Amino acid sequence: MAASIALIFFYAPVDEDGLNQKIFYFHVPIAFTAYACFGWGGWKALRHLWKGEEGADLESYVAIHLGVIFGALTLVTGSIWARFRWGHWWEWKEDQLVLFLVLFLFYCAYFMLRYSLPPGPQRANLSAVYALFGVALIPVSVLAIRLSQRFIHPVAFNEHGTNMAASQFFTFCVSLVAMLTLAATMYSVELAGKRLDVKLRELREALQ
Amino acid sequence: MSTEGKYVAAAYLVVFVVLLAYVLIIALKLQRLGQEVAELVELAQKRRDPEQKAVAVG
Repeated sequence: MAASIALIFFYAPVDEDGLNQKIFYFHVPIAFTAYACFGWGGWKALRHLWKGEEGADLESYVAIHLGVIFGALTLVTGSIWARFRWGHWWEWKEDQLVLFLVLFLFYCAYFMLRYSLPPGPQRANLSAVYALFGVALIPVSVLAIRLSQRFIHPVAFNEHGTNMAASQFFTFCVSLVAMLTLAATMYSVELAGKRLDVKLRELREALQ
Repeated sequence: MSTEGKYVAAAYLVVFVVLLAYVLIIALKLQRLGQEVAELVELAQKRRDPEQKAVAVG
Protein backbone atom coordinates (compact mmCIF):
# COMPACT_ATOMS: atom_id res chain seq x y z
CA MET A 1 0.00 0.00 0.00
CA ALA A 2 2.88 2.36 0.85
CA ALA A 3 4.54 1.52 -2.48
CA SER A 4 1.28 2.19 -4.27
CA ILE A 5 0.88 5.64 -2.62
CA ALA A 6 4.52 6.48 -3.40
CA LEU A 7 4.03 5.53 -7.06
CA ILE A 8 0.79 7.52 -7.30
CA PHE A 9 2.29 10.75 -5.98
CA PHE A 10 5.95 10.55 -7.07
CA TYR A 11 6.03 8.38 -10.21
CA ALA A 12 2.75 8.51 -12.15
CA PRO A 13 2.61 11.62 -14.37
CA VAL A 14 -0.20 14.16 -14.12
CA ASP A 15 -2.20 14.10 -17.36
CA GLU A 16 -4.73 16.55 -18.86
CA ASP A 17 -7.19 15.66 -16.08
CA GLY A 18 -4.82 17.35 -13.62
CA LEU A 19 -4.10 16.41 -10.04
CA ASN A 20 -7.69 15.18 -9.67
CA GLN A 21 -6.68 12.16 -11.77
CA LYS A 22 -4.75 10.83 -8.73
CA ILE A 23 -8.12 9.76 -7.31
CA PHE A 24 -8.40 7.27 -10.21
CA TYR A 25 -5.55 5.13 -8.76
CA PHE A 26 -7.59 4.45 -5.63
CA HIS A 27 -11.14 4.77 -6.94
CA VAL A 28 -10.91 2.15 -9.73
CA PRO A 29 -8.94 -0.49 -7.72
CA ILE A 30 -11.44 -0.04 -4.86
CA ALA A 31 -14.33 -0.58 -7.32
CA PHE A 32 -12.64 -3.70 -8.76
CA THR A 33 -12.03 -4.97 -5.22
CA ALA A 34 -15.72 -4.46 -4.40
CA TYR A 35 -16.64 -6.52 -7.49
CA ALA A 36 -14.11 -9.19 -6.45
CA CYS A 37 -15.59 -9.34 -2.93
CA PHE A 38 -19.15 -9.63 -4.26
CA GLY A 39 -17.99 -12.26 -6.77
CA TRP A 40 -16.21 -14.24 -4.03
CA GLY A 41 -19.30 -13.96 -1.83
CA GLY A 42 -21.40 -15.30 -4.70
CA TRP A 43 -18.96 -18.17 -5.30
CA LYS A 44 -19.06 -19.15 -1.62
CA ALA A 45 -22.87 -18.90 -1.68
CA LEU A 46 -22.87 -21.28 -4.65
CA ARG A 47 -20.55 -23.67 -2.79
CA HIS A 48 -22.93 -23.56 0.17
CA LEU A 49 -25.98 -24.37 -1.96
CA TRP A 50 -24.29 -26.82 -4.30
CA LYS A 51 -21.90 -28.78 -2.10
CA GLY A 52 -23.21 -27.84 1.35
CA GLU A 53 -19.64 -26.78 2.20
CA GLU A 54 -19.26 -26.16 5.93
CA GLY A 55 -18.52 -22.53 6.74
CA ALA A 56 -19.22 -21.33 3.19
CA ASP A 57 -22.19 -19.29 4.41
CA LEU A 58 -20.00 -17.39 6.87
CA GLU A 59 -17.33 -16.87 4.20
CA SER A 60 -19.95 -15.54 1.80
CA TYR A 61 -21.25 -13.16 4.48
CA VAL A 62 -17.77 -11.80 5.29
CA ALA A 63 -16.95 -11.30 1.59
CA ILE A 64 -20.20 -9.41 1.00
CA HIS A 65 -19.62 -7.31 4.12
CA LEU A 66 -16.23 -6.25 2.75
CA GLY A 67 -17.78 -5.72 -0.70
CA VAL A 68 -20.23 -3.26 0.82
CA ILE A 69 -17.41 -1.38 2.59
CA PHE A 70 -15.39 -1.14 -0.64
CA GLY A 71 -18.57 -0.31 -2.55
CA ALA A 72 -19.29 2.62 -0.23
CA LEU A 73 -15.70 3.82 -0.69
CA THR A 74 -16.11 3.58 -4.48
CA LEU A 75 -19.21 5.77 -4.36
CA VAL A 76 -17.63 8.34 -2.03
CA THR A 77 -14.29 8.63 -3.88
CA GLY A 78 -16.13 8.71 -7.24
CA SER A 79 -18.41 11.49 -5.99
CA ILE A 80 -15.43 13.54 -4.79
CA TRP A 81 -13.80 13.14 -8.21
CA ALA A 82 -17.07 14.07 -9.96
CA ARG A 83 -17.58 17.16 -7.79
CA PHE A 84 -14.39 18.70 -9.13
CA ARG A 85 -14.59 17.37 -12.71
CA TRP A 86 -18.34 17.65 -13.43
CA GLY A 87 -19.25 20.29 -10.84
CA HIS A 88 -21.76 18.07 -9.04
CA TRP A 89 -21.60 15.05 -6.77
CA TRP A 90 -23.77 12.68 -8.77
CA GLU A 91 -25.03 12.17 -12.32
CA TRP A 92 -28.29 10.21 -12.52
CA LYS A 93 -28.08 9.93 -16.31
CA GLU A 94 -24.81 8.03 -16.12
CA ASP A 95 -25.62 4.31 -16.40
CA GLN A 96 -22.45 3.03 -14.73
CA LEU A 97 -22.95 5.16 -11.64
CA VAL A 98 -26.60 4.24 -11.24
CA LEU A 99 -25.95 0.54 -11.85
CA PHE A 100 -23.14 0.53 -9.28
CA LEU A 101 -25.48 2.21 -6.81
CA VAL A 102 -28.13 -0.44 -7.54
CA LEU A 103 -25.54 -3.19 -6.97
CA PHE A 104 -24.43 -1.53 -3.72
CA LEU A 105 -27.99 -1.10 -2.42
CA PHE A 106 -28.83 -4.67 -3.45
CA TYR A 107 -26.01 -5.97 -1.25
CA CYS A 108 -26.94 -3.57 1.58
CA ALA A 109 -30.37 -5.23 1.55
CA TYR A 110 -28.59 -8.60 1.94
CA PHE A 111 -27.92 -7.71 5.59
CA MET A 112 -31.56 -6.76 6.18
CA LEU A 113 -32.61 -10.15 4.84
CA ARG A 114 -29.95 -12.02 6.79
CA TYR A 115 -30.70 -10.41 10.14
CA SER A 116 -34.46 -10.65 9.72
CA LEU A 117 -34.19 -14.44 9.98
CA PRO A 118 -33.15 -16.57 12.97
CA PRO A 119 -29.72 -18.25 12.67
CA GLY A 120 -29.89 -21.65 11.06
CA PRO A 121 -30.01 -23.46 7.73
CA GLN A 122 -32.96 -21.42 6.43
CA ARG A 123 -31.09 -18.16 6.93
CA ALA A 124 -27.95 -19.59 5.32
CA ASN A 125 -29.87 -20.89 2.28
CA LEU A 126 -31.90 -17.72 1.69
CA SER A 127 -28.82 -15.51 2.10
CA ALA A 128 -26.92 -17.70 -0.38
CA VAL A 129 -29.71 -17.48 -2.98
CA TYR A 130 -29.86 -13.69 -2.56
CA ALA A 131 -26.05 -13.36 -2.85
CA LEU A 132 -26.14 -15.39 -6.08
CA PHE A 133 -28.79 -13.10 -7.60
CA GLY A 134 -26.53 -10.13 -6.93
CA VAL A 135 -23.66 -11.70 -8.87
CA ALA A 136 -25.73 -11.33 -12.05
CA LEU A 137 -25.58 -7.54 -11.56
CA ILE A 138 -21.75 -7.46 -11.54
CA PRO A 139 -21.16 -7.96 -15.31
CA VAL A 140 -24.01 -5.55 -16.07
CA SER A 141 -22.39 -2.94 -13.85
CA VAL A 142 -18.91 -3.52 -15.35
CA LEU A 143 -20.16 -3.42 -18.96
CA ALA A 144 -22.55 -0.52 -18.39
CA ILE A 145 -20.00 2.00 -19.59
CA ARG A 146 -19.80 0.16 -22.92
CA LEU A 147 -23.58 0.03 -23.19
CA SER A 148 -23.94 3.70 -22.30
CA GLN A 149 -24.22 6.25 -25.09
CA ARG A 150 -23.19 9.23 -23.00
CA PHE A 151 -19.60 8.43 -22.02
CA ILE A 152 -19.30 11.18 -19.44
CA HIS A 153 -17.55 8.71 -17.17
CA PRO A 154 -13.93 8.36 -18.39
CA VAL A 155 -12.97 5.08 -20.06
CA ALA A 156 -9.70 3.66 -18.75
CA PHE A 157 -9.97 0.34 -20.57
CA ASN A 158 -11.52 -0.24 -23.98
CA GLU A 159 -11.36 -2.89 -26.72
CA HIS A 160 -8.02 -1.44 -27.93
CA GLY A 161 -6.37 -1.87 -24.52
CA THR A 162 -5.53 0.63 -21.80
CA ASN A 163 -6.29 4.30 -22.34
CA MET A 164 -3.26 5.55 -20.38
CA ALA A 165 0.55 5.78 -20.39
CA ALA A 166 2.67 2.77 -19.41
CA SER A 167 3.77 4.42 -16.15
CA GLN A 168 0.15 5.18 -15.26
CA PHE A 169 -0.88 1.62 -16.05
CA PHE A 170 1.97 0.24 -13.91
CA THR A 171 0.91 2.47 -11.00
CA PHE A 172 -2.69 1.37 -11.48
CA CYS A 173 -1.67 -2.33 -11.41
CA VAL A 174 0.36 -1.85 -8.20
CA SER A 175 -2.61 -0.06 -6.61
CA LEU A 176 -4.96 -2.83 -7.68
CA VAL A 177 -2.69 -5.54 -6.23
CA ALA A 178 -2.34 -3.50 -3.00
CA MET A 179 -6.10 -3.07 -2.68
CA LEU A 180 -6.81 -6.75 -3.38
CA THR A 181 -4.15 -7.76 -0.83
CA LEU A 182 -5.67 -5.40 1.71
CA ALA A 183 -9.13 -6.88 1.08
CA ALA A 184 -7.74 -10.43 1.38
CA THR A 185 -6.10 -9.55 4.70
CA MET A 186 -9.28 -7.93 6.02
CA TYR A 187 -11.22 -11.00 4.87
CA SER A 188 -8.88 -13.39 6.72
CA VAL A 189 -8.89 -11.34 9.93
CA GLU A 190 -12.66 -10.83 9.98
CA LEU A 191 -13.34 -14.46 9.12
CA ALA A 192 -10.96 -15.68 11.85
CA GLY A 193 -12.78 -13.43 14.34
CA LYS A 194 -16.20 -14.71 13.30
CA ARG A 195 -15.07 -18.35 13.47
CA LEU A 196 -13.54 -17.78 16.92
CA ASP A 197 -16.80 -16.17 18.01
CA VAL A 198 -18.78 -19.23 16.91
CA LYS A 199 -16.36 -21.63 18.64
CA LEU A 200 -16.47 -19.62 21.88
CA ARG A 201 -20.28 -19.64 21.83
CA GLU A 202 -20.22 -23.43 21.43
CA LEU A 203 -17.69 -23.76 24.25
CA ARG A 204 -19.78 -21.55 26.55
CA GLU A 205 -22.86 -23.66 25.86
CA ALA A 206 -20.87 -26.84 26.57
CA LEU A 207 -19.52 -25.48 29.87
CA GLN A 208 -22.82 -24.14 31.21
CA MET B 1 -3.21 23.88 -1.34
CA SER B 2 -5.21 24.20 -4.58
CA THR B 3 -8.92 23.31 -4.75
CA GLU B 4 -8.00 20.26 -6.84
CA GLY B 5 -5.47 19.19 -4.21
CA LYS B 6 -8.10 19.50 -1.50
CA TYR B 7 -10.42 17.13 -3.37
CA VAL B 8 -7.61 14.59 -3.82
CA ALA B 9 -6.70 14.88 -0.13
CA ALA B 10 -10.38 14.45 0.83
CA ALA B 11 -10.72 11.28 -1.28
CA TYR B 12 -7.61 9.70 0.24
CA LEU B 13 -8.60 10.84 3.73
CA VAL B 14 -12.02 9.18 3.42
CA VAL B 15 -10.38 5.86 2.49
CA PHE B 16 -7.90 6.17 5.36
CA VAL B 17 -10.60 7.04 7.93
CA VAL B 18 -12.86 4.15 6.85
CA LEU B 19 -9.97 1.68 7.01
CA LEU B 20 -8.92 3.04 10.40
CA ALA B 21 -12.49 2.66 11.69
CA TYR B 22 -12.54 -0.91 10.40
CA VAL B 23 -9.26 -1.73 12.17
CA LEU B 24 -10.57 -0.17 15.41
CA ILE B 25 -13.79 -2.20 15.24
CA ILE B 26 -11.82 -5.42 14.66
CA ALA B 27 -9.44 -4.52 17.53
CA LEU B 28 -12.41 -3.97 19.88
CA LYS B 29 -13.90 -7.25 18.79
CA LEU B 30 -10.62 -9.08 19.46
CA GLN B 31 -10.48 -7.45 22.90
CA ARG B 32 -14.02 -8.71 23.61
CA LEU B 33 -13.08 -12.20 22.42
CA GLY B 34 -10.02 -12.13 24.69
CA GLN B 35 -12.22 -11.27 27.69
CA GLU B 36 -14.62 -14.03 26.73
CA VAL B 37 -11.76 -16.56 26.56
CA ALA B 38 -10.60 -15.45 30.05
CA GLU B 39 -14.15 -15.90 31.40
CA LEU B 40 -14.42 -19.36 29.88
CA VAL B 41 -11.02 -20.40 31.30
CA GLU B 42 -12.22 -19.26 34.75
CA LEU B 43 -15.48 -21.16 34.29
CA ALA B 44 -13.61 -24.31 33.25
CA GLN B 45 -11.28 -24.03 36.28
CA LYS B 46 -14.23 -23.62 38.67
CA ARG B 47 -15.81 -26.73 37.22
CA ARG B 48 -12.55 -28.69 37.46
CA ASP B 49 -11.74 -27.74 41.09
CA PRO B 50 -14.76 -29.44 42.74
CA GLU B 51 -14.10 -32.55 40.61
CA GLN B 52 -10.45 -32.67 41.83
CA LYS B 53 -11.56 -32.14 45.44
CA ALA B 54 -14.07 -34.96 45.07
CA VAL B 55 -11.35 -37.28 43.73
CA ALA B 56 -9.02 -36.31 46.61
CA VAL B 57 -11.73 -36.99 49.23
CA GLY B 58 -12.79 -40.26 47.57
